[in-house]
Amino acid sequence: MKIYLKIWRQKDASSKGKIVDYTMNGIEGDMSFLEMLDILNEDLISKGEVPIEFDHDCREGICGSCSLQINGRPHGPDRLITVCQLHMRSFKDGDTIVIEPFRANAFPVIKDLIVDRNAFERIQQAGGFISVNTSGRTVDANSIPIRKENADKAFNAAACIGCGACVAACKNASAMLFTSAKVSQFALLPQGRIEAAERVQNMVRQMDLEGFGNCTNTGACEIECPKGISLENIARMNREYLGASIKG
Amino acid sequence: MGILDSKIPSGPLAEKWTKYKNEIDLVNPANKRNIDIIVVGTGLAGGSAAASFAELGYNVKTFCYQDSPRRAHSIAAQGGINASKNYQGDGDSDYRLFYDTVKGGDYRSREANVYRLAEVSGNIIDQCVSQGVPFARDYGGLLDNRSFGGVLVSRTFYAKGQTGQQLLLGAYAAMNRQIHRGKIKSYTRHEMLDLVIVDGKARGIITRNLITGEIERHSAHAVVIASGGYGNLFFLSTYAMGANVMAAWRTHRRGAFMANPCFTQIHPTCIPVSGEHQSKLTLMSESLRNDGRIWVPKRLEDAQAIREGKLKPTQLKEEDRDYYLERRYPAFGNLVPRDVASRAAKERCDAGYGVNKTGEAVYLDFDAAIMRYGSEKALTSGLKNTDDGHIRKLGEEVVEAKYGNLFQMYEKIVDENPYKTPMMIYPAVHYTMGGLWVDYNLQTTIPGCYAAGEANFSDHGANRLGASALMQGLADGYFVLPYTIGDFLADDIRTGPIPTDSVEFDKVEKDVLDKINKLMSANGTHSVDYYHKKLGKIMWNKCGMSRNVKGLKEAVEEIAALRKDFWENVKVPGAADDKNQELEKAGRVADFLELGELFAMDALERNESCGGHFREEYQTPEGEALRDDKNFKFVSAWEYKGEPKDAKLHKENLIYENIELKTRSYK
Amino acid sequence: MSSLIKSSIARKLVMALSGLFLVLFLALHVTINLTSVISPDTFNQWSHFMGYNGLVQYIMQPVLIIGVIVHFVMGIVLEFQNMQARSIKYTKFKGAANAPWVSRNMIITGLVVLAFLGLHFYDFWIHEMTYKYIEANPEDPTRYYTETVEKFAPMWRTLLYVVSFGLLSLHLWHGFASSFQSMGLNNKYTPSIKSFTKIYAVVIPLVFVFIAIYHHLNPITH
Repeated sequence: MKIYLKIWRQKDASSKGKIVDYTMNGIEGDMSFLEMLDILNEDLISKGEVPIEFDHDCREGICGSCSLQINGRPHGPDRLITVCQLHMRSFKDGDTIVIEPFRANAFPVIKDLIVDRNAFERIQQAGGFISVNTSGRTVDANSIPIRKENADKAFNAAACIGCGACVAACKNASAMLFTSAKVSQFALLPQGRIEAAERVQNMVRQMDLEGFGNCTNTGACEIECPKGISLENIARMNREYLGASIKG
Repeated sequence: MGILDSKIPSGPLAEKWTKYKNEIDLVNPANKRNIDIIVVGTGLAGGSAAASFAELGYNVKTFCYQDSPRRAHSIAAQGGINASKNYQGDGDSDYRLFYDTVKGGDYRSREANVYRLAEVSGNIIDQCVSQGVPFARDYGGLLDNRSFGGVLVSRTFYAKGQTGQQLLLGAYAAMNRQIHRGKIKSYTRHEMLDLVIVDGKARGIITRNLITGEIERHSAHAVVIASGGYGNLFFLSTYAMGANVMAAWRTHRRGAFMANPCFTQIHPTCIPVSGEHQSKLTLMSESLRNDGRIWVPKRLEDAQAIREGKLKPTQLKEEDRDYYLERRYPAFGNLVPRDVASRAAKERCDAGYGVNKTGEAVYLDFDAAIMRYGSEKALTSGLKNTDDGHIRKLGEEVVEAKYGNLFQMYEKIVDENPYKTPMMIYPAVHYTMGGLWVDYNLQTTIPGCYAAGEANFSDHGANRLGASALMQGLADGYFVLPYTIGDFLADDIRTGPIPTDSVEFDKVEKDVLDKINKLMSANGTHSVDYYHKKLGKIMWNKCGMSRNVKGLKEAVEEIAALRKDFWENVKVPGAADDKNQELEKAGRVADFLELGELFAMDALERNESCGGHFREEYQTPEGEALRDDKNFKFVSAWEYKGEPKDAKLHKENLIYENIELKTRSYK
Repeated sequence: MSSLIKSSIARKLVMALSGLFLVLFLALHVTINLTSVISPDTFNQWSHFMGYNGLVQYIMQPVLIIGVIVHFVMGIVLEFQNMQARSIKYTKFKGAANAPWVSRNMIITGLVVLAFLGLHFYDFWIHEMTYKYIEANPEDPTRYYTETVEKFAPMWRTLLYVVSFGLLSLHLWHGFASSFQSMGLNNKYTPSIKSFTKIYAVVIPLVFVFIAIYHHLNPITH
């Protein structure tokens, strides 16, 4: 198939970027979206041009590196997948595809389609952990029974890959789904309850400091999340946060 | 013994580690504040080591090429992590885990290291649960287990199909806690380009800031290499695109020996290659072999009809299918170790029974499991006289709960519904058992330079069992290095900070810059990927699942020629002082082109078949691997001497005092 | 405490609580208005009570006004922050693919409702204040019905009311259920809350619209 691409090119963080047009021929449906970009890059290199930079690593939907806004949606048109799992069979011959970086002031562009997601790092560093020593001298694993339902819910929240699609999809560039996933995981487990109040307050404070927008409950994040992280987590974080604040 | 001293402590096997820990030197807490440690790589081994060092009080710097430590490729491990907890009461013990691992590794690993691994395995689970890792649980609220290949007990702990992710996020959280305290400084989007040795000790590294292109100097009292394996040598593999051998290889070039480079794991259940455009392969967890049955058609004409699309696999009757693993290995069936399952698949496909267009795929079928689970579910739900359709629906629900994410992944890539038609799978490069040679302390042959996780060679011998990589990475990081590194650092309490303006740093930095300039100025005709793909083809065809003298000799020649061509004709666009993914790739491929040759030499040197290393000349009449314990019961440790062909082989003899060497049988 | 007020979550709580309060007030308002269609006398009685009862006038009325102000000031502050969170816009943004229009355009529906409130205040509240406190007219418990019905005589005003209530309906459609999420409630009752929201968001504005049109079509003939 023939595909028309409109791709954001930007030399570095301080340069102004623009959309550049490319045309691709002979694209097959079995190719992954990133393999299509690989082919484009090979072509650019052979022409002596600088290839397009984009983040990608595991190419199996788990590392959370890839971060492309494709035709106005993070990770493209399909649900519950990352860009690297998107295949060209989702497009038709003659389609025009607009590819941009995830946009948020808290995610400044580094180059082309690569953004800086260190804001997420700082949110995790502010409290995304249980303060237990790594000595291994803890209690036996089975001495902490956990209701299967809670264990499953904690797992579902922990499945977040930190890609930033929630921020990219949100009209307000809010990071509530990301932050709430970690808050929820630990809030649901007895091990995490001990410092739950401090955790949620510290993480929310950092989230606000990073300049993300506010949550207006549109639910776009949940729809676009490649791991299907639920809005319930945001409600849980609201609850945890307000509860912690009232208790002081 | 030669120059390789494995430093295995004396005493009975089960007491070695405890006794050793009691005897090694310690650094007092106040002094730890004056000691710096560099950790390269932030996967399970690096992440857990960094967090543990920082917690002990050392100042830690971590480096990873990804934009976050959380993205290290440990994240992609699916199936699980072994531990000899014996929660199932099925007779498991430290000894059994030790025994299974040594046997699974085809008797090419070090007894003492493996026993220690088994010994600390239970602690890993305790540790991770305390950290909030959401392992799967049963309805009683206790931890659940499943079975993996090559063992007869259920000792694998798991978190759906994302165990690696959850364990890595646990280690990452532990790191974050220390970053928050200021004890770890995390350098992301940084790549280690070389190791700096001062007075015979590893004292620092040279890195490139991947955003600005800046070359930086970092010093420390010890350096830990936890940069993972080198499977991307094959271009197509289940590794992350960026996974590379640079840190390990450049350490090797500075004097660390490379051990058993040819021991590579080819995982039996990956999604087959779909075309020339393919950039990477996706694994389907080994856990699927708990429930999936592997087969090909019994008759060649059926296989051909399937390949041509004239016949559907579901139309083939039970008696026309060859469940070749169950047929050849009745005791372990579909759960034979990975090397055995992979070779068996290759054997069937080579014989013409492959089932996809290229003839390089076999079926992994869940139909029987779906019906079995469905009937079970119908019974427990009190449903009687239900029809097959309903039972199938119930069964599909059970299978979905167990493997839903894997099935979804498969469907996205192949565009077929694996609940309705069997999955197609084929072996792919997945893990490297070989790596930097380390002693019992995990120290390489360079004092002060340690290697952990997949980057070292120590625990898996010639083949790794499923769910053991996560165990080893975390054991090294949480429970081994924090002790053993202290023994070395105890001498450094008065050293003070290591200056980075020394002649040693000057020299190494100059080497690094020269290399970058050479890559940037080649200005040839071919892209980096062009060379990488060519190398991958040589490796897969001549150093892959089965190897022979002729092919290996050719590989040595071809790789050397390809490397020469690379340095003359590679084309790296862009600038060195800028974000430049092509330059990053070029450096990595340059190293692969050296390692590839050493790999082939190592395979050529080892005139036996063992584990993942299958030499066609050495096999039983039934086609099983034929080990030669008389002549090859050793670890090959290669010393760098310039060109790969000049590398010098050192041998560490393996001593088995607690296990009787037997022919590995899974029949 | 100051850090709490600055936090995004607390501000959302303020939006939720003030919003829910206004939702409740709407129910009261519509009930009283509805009597104007059924019985002018009842309407006059209730209106007079609301206009002259001390509790209503000096406690509830200020609370209501504060509620309205807090809701729209906070709404605008949050919107302003949200706009700042993404200063470089997407070339292409398919918001409709993952969230309904109403949820993405609360600021539009909200501002229209606010503009309507301006008119509504001018029509009734300013009028009342002038009548009672500036002109200091005597109490007249029978005037309300006539005054109200006369307001709906002009076509333009009735139409404005109808349009505004349409937008209020959209605002409620998202806002009502959303406030529960902001307060941290998302559980097995959530589907019921969502269903109730939809009914409420349609029925309440519809009744208001009905009343406006009714009075427009049934003017008082002297």
